[in-house]
Formats: sequence, C-alpha cells, structure tokens
Amino acid sequence: MMDKFTTLTAVAAPLPLANVDTDKIIPARFLKTIKRTGLGVHLFDTLRYDANGAERPDFVLNRAPYRDAKILVAFENFGCGSSREHAPWALLDFGIRCVIAPDFADIFHNNCFKNGILPIRLPRALCERLMEDAQLGGNARLTVDLERQVVVRPNGEELRFEIDPFRRHLLLNGLDDIGQTMQHAAAIDAYEARQHAERGWMPAITAA
Amino acid sequence: MAEPRTLFDKVWDSHVVERLPDGTCILYIDRHLVHEVTSPQAFEGLRMSGRRVRRPEATLAVVDHNIPTSDRSQGIAEPESRVQVETLERNVAAFGVPYVPVLDARQGIVHIIGPELGASLPGFTIVCGDSHTSTHGALGALAFGIGTSEVEHVLATQTLLQKPAKNMLVRVDGMLGFGCTAKDIVLAIIGAIGTAGGTGHVIEYAGEAIRALDMAGRMTVCNMSIEAGARAGMIAPDDTTFDYVRGRPFAPQGAAFERAVEYWRTLPTDAGARYDRTVTLDAGRIAPMVTWGTSPETVVPVTGTVPDPSAEPDEARRAQMLRMLDYMALAPGQRMQDVAVDVVFIGSCTNGRIEDIRAAATVARGRRVAAGVRAMVVPGSGLVKQQAEREGLDRVLLDAGFEWREAGCSMCLGMNPDKLAPGQRCASTSNRNFEGRQGPGGRTHLLSPAMAAAAAVTGRLADVRELA
Ligand code: SF4
Repeated sequence: MMDKFTTLTAVAAPLPLANVDTDKIIPARFLKTIKRTGLGVHLFDTLRYDANGAERPDFVLNRAPYRDAKILVAFENFGCGSSREHAPWALLDFGIRCVIAPDFADIFHNNCFKNGILPIRLPRALCERLMEDAQLGGNARLTVDLERQVVVRPNGEELRFEIDPFRRHLLLNGLDDIGQTMQHAAAIDAYEARQHAERGWMPAITAA
Repeated sequence: MAEPRTLFDKVWDSHVVERLPDGTCILYIDRHLVHEVTSPQAFEGLRMSGRRVRRPEATLAVVDHNIPTSDRSQGIAEPESRVQVETLERNVAAFGVPYVPVLDARQGIVHIIGPELGASLPGFTIVCGDSHTSTHGALGALAFGIGTSEVEHVLATQTLLQKPAKNMLVRVDGMLGFGCTAKDIVLAIIGAIGTAGGTGHVIEYAGEAIRALDMAGRMTVCNMSIEAGARAGMIAPDDTTFDYVRGRPFAPQGAAFERAVEYWRTLPTDAGARYDRTVTLDAGRIAPMVTWGTSPETVVPVTGTVPDPSAEPDEARRAQMLRMLDYMALAPGQRMQDVAVDVVFIGSCTNGRIEDIRAAATVARGRRVAAGVRAMVVPGSGLVKQQAEREGLDRVLLDAGFEWREAGCSMCLGMNPDKLAPGQRCASTSNRNFEGRQGPGGRTHLLSPAMAAAAAVTGRLADVRELA
C-alpha cells in the first residue's frame, strides 16, 4: 500500500536544469544496495556533496527551507538515462512526492507512479513561473491538488494539469499497481481454479 | 472456425486473467525465477506492506550474478556480494520460497537451471528480474525479463500488468554448414535485423535449421532475442522439446507428463496465422561469426574484415563506428583472423551448457592454450559441471591449460571478481559486448564456444573450421 496522494502543500525546490538524468539523481555506485529506503542521503549526490563528502552550501537541497521540500520543479526531459528504479526511490526517501517539469523520460515517469510520486507535466512557460515561486523559499508554498488536477501558486493562480485517469485513481486511493491488481483477487482465484481443472498436470516446486 | 493463432497468441491468450478497459491485461505467471541482485527491494516492499508471496511453489530462487567462481566452501569474501546472498537467504526463509543454495550441486545461472531442473516448461509464462529470461522461450514458453517493482508485483499477485506484443517470425531455412552453431545463427540474425529489429515484438524462430537444433542450441538462440530488441523469443515445442523435458525433477512425471505433452502439442502456430513482420535467413550462408564493435549487431564472418567507417553514408552511424573502433583498438580493413586475444571466456546463460563445454573440449583436446592467453571455462550450473567431469571434459580442458571454475555468471558481466583489466581483449561466448561490460576498459568479441576454444589455442580470432 502506498500513501494516498490527494493534496500536498509544501515548499518546492527549484532545480532549473534540463536533462537531469538518473545518474545525477542517484549515481551508479549506490546500486549495490539491498534496500529501497535510505537512498535519500545520496539523492543528487554529485551536486549535493563535494569530493570530501561535505555538503555544498549553494546546492538547493542543502539550504534551509528546501531541506523539507516535498515538491521539485525542473525543466525538460527529467529522469532520462538508465531505467534504475533507485531514482524514484531516492526522491521518495528524501521526501519528494511530486516533480513538476515540461516533460519526463518514459521509464522514469512510469517508475514514479509505481512508487507513489506524482510527476506533473506543464508547459515550459508555466514551469518557469513555478520556478520563480519556488525561488521565493519557505514563504511561498505550492499546493498540488490531484483531485481537481491543479497546481495552486502562492498568489492563488491555478494551473491545470492533465494526467492519465487510471494513474490518478491509483494515487488518490493510495493503490500501487499491486494494490490495484489485488482488487482483482477474485478473478485471479478463478483463473487458478480453471487452470487447475484444465491443466492439472502442472507441477509445483515443492522443495528445492 | 477460430482465427488461426501464433504460438505467442496461444500462450498469451491462455494466461489472460482479465482485460482492463485500456487494453492492459492482467497476465498470469506460471513460473517466477528469482536471484540475489534484483530481488531484495521487492521482498522489502512485501514486508513494508505486510504482503505475502502468493504462490511460493511457483517460484524458484538461486544465487548466480555476483558470486565468485572460485572455491566457495569457505564463504564469500566480497562484502557486498555476501550481503546480497545472505539477504536472499533470509528472504526465501521468511517467505517460504524454494531456494537452491550456493553450495548445492544444482546451483547455477538462473536461465540454465530453470530448464535443467524442469522448472521451465512449454506453454508456461515465465518471468525473472533479468533480461535474458528470453532463454526459456526455447521450450515454447513466453518468458521475459522484468524490473524490481514487477518482481514484487509477481511475488504478491502471481500476475503482471502487460499489453500484448506484436508477432514477428524469423525463419532460418536450410542447414548449417560445418563448424557453424546456434550462436552463429543468432549473431547472424542480430547482424541482419539490428539491435532494435525486434522492438515491440515477440520473435518466433522457425525453419529447418531451427528445428534441427538441440535444446541447448535453441536456448542459445532465444537467449539473445533481447539483443535483437525483442520482448521475448519462442520456438514451438516438438519431440526434441518433450524428450528434453521428460524426467526432469520439477517436470510432470508419468501419466501427468503424457497429458502435458498432449496439451503442448496444441501450442505450435496454426497454418495461416499472421505475423506482423517476417524475416528469412539461409542457414547455408551463415559462417562462424564474430563481433568487431561494442554492440551485438556489429558482427562479421570470421573470414571477414573490420568494416570501414568511411564507406558508411550516415554521419551519426559513421561517428559511432569510429568510436567503436577506437574503443576496440581495431583498424578498418583489418582481418578478423589477425586479431590477437588476451582472455577467453566460455560460459554464461548463452553458452554455459554441457553441449557448449563439449564443443569447446573437442577443439581443445590435444592442444595447448596459446602462450600469454588466460582461458577460463565456467559451467552454467553445478550439474553441468558434474556432467562434464563424468565425461572427463574437465581433464581435457585442464590439460590444455584452461581454468575450470565453479558455476555462475562470472565474466559475462564482471560483477564478481572475474573481470577484464582495462585494454584486455576477450573472446567471449556471452551475449553483450558493451563498453566495460566484462570490466572497465575491457574489449569483448562475441562468438561460439568452439570458436572461443579456437581463439584460446591459437591466441587469435581463428576460424574453427581450419582446426578440425
Ligand atoms: S550469464 Fe550474463 S546474461 Fe546471463 S544472467 Fe548471468 S549476467 Fe545475465
């Protein structure tokens, strides 16, 4: 079960870059992990830390209001590169629940939904306005209302976004793909019963 | 009269649990193979959401990717590998999943042991968190690789959310010439259609040359479907398939087996079924193949030469060829047979079966590995290793100067200590010649086991037909 996503009011971190690839989001050397949690400290590792592992004070997520950011605003082609699911895992573990950008790489976009993160596509011009809002820091929170499909700016202006209705349904109800499929448990049970009747020869792996 | 259907259509249709409004299907999965690298986060996800494994008895776990291929009886020294192995062991115990431990004779590469143990069967849907799951399609199964979230999805629900693929037929007519193998067929196919040639499709391999292959050869062909960009590869089950499956430990036995065969005989493509795309090749024209670049489609006959980028009209392709030649340290027009190798790797899920080791031993018998060459043979499973030792093949190979190692993925991906050093050139029976795949800076030439053995004893990319 994932956390529901209905409305989110939070500090948004501005990351005014295009083509942020998954290697930037989480470098390959952190992929030998056995966990999906705990990756938040490595989020944007090379941007966030210097060669000695010390925080770079000028990087946005190292600055006071943005340490608690739950929204990220970026530019084109966010999440391109390797298909690693560690990228959304790292974002989520840091606390990011929503990324707003003009467009996203396909697999990353898909992986966000699988992990309860809402990726919002908005035209570049609107992303630029949100980028300015985000730069105002802690006093200028954004509200993302998934039910009404709007992003509310600090000045009250509402920006409408489009989203696949099925994906929206899953997020609103806190259903991951698994939770969704489990709603069809009766059909799976019925399939198994049918298969057992028709192909009773199918063996089980009893003891390895 | 029902619409004629392909092998893929039939296996797909018989596994659709439910079709959702947007065309996505809930697809039932008969067999789920699990290994140490792509499963930890999936089990963790189950734990966090309080879910269980729906059908442990449809699941089989093994360690293969990052374990060492040296003696393992004293445990695994490398800490990260050890942690992944221990984590899998904890997870299979906690969730009741059948498991083949590292010191079990049946341990091996997941795509070798699935068919070997009879866990992979015709007409099945088979998935694993690894792209070379396509191997199992050789049995007439629909088998494909999945990501970690999907591993968790299958563990929890025994299903996947999928949209159907398109049908592609690759027909290989005629018969292979002397010295040519299944590996040469699949390299020739990838050379012909390119690494994106199968995108969006499931490839069915058919034709006289495919029918004539034994199961090991069919698995080699289906294994590399992924290098042709396909979602999966399949071969219609026939008597060769049934003879292979009969008596394997997890396969149906006795009367149940006969009933299964009756069903499996209904699976081959109906006459008149439509394919979205068809490609034909003539097996008689296929020579022993080798790759020259860093993509599996960059393949030439061993009698050929390194292609000349200046003859390539497309600028982007030309630039890519130049980059590949630079990385591979090869010159345009250079004869492939003059290329000297430092390392020979015989193994992987493409070519780690007993038939592959026999082929290598046949070439190695009575010869010596060339001076300065390191040649290693890594059986695909412990059972393959035992069989080879019963046949005395280990002695043949050891006497010729080859290393004889424990089963695992090994130098196929260099996640364990078996790696190329920067600049080293390797004749490899594996499936990917990407930059750095076998170790940073390493240079890989893909070829068949017999050709790899020929490279070992001559110290260069030799034409195995001249050694016979
Ligand atoms: S042998 Fe190579 S290709 Fe096959 S499963 Fe192992 S790493 Fe993957």
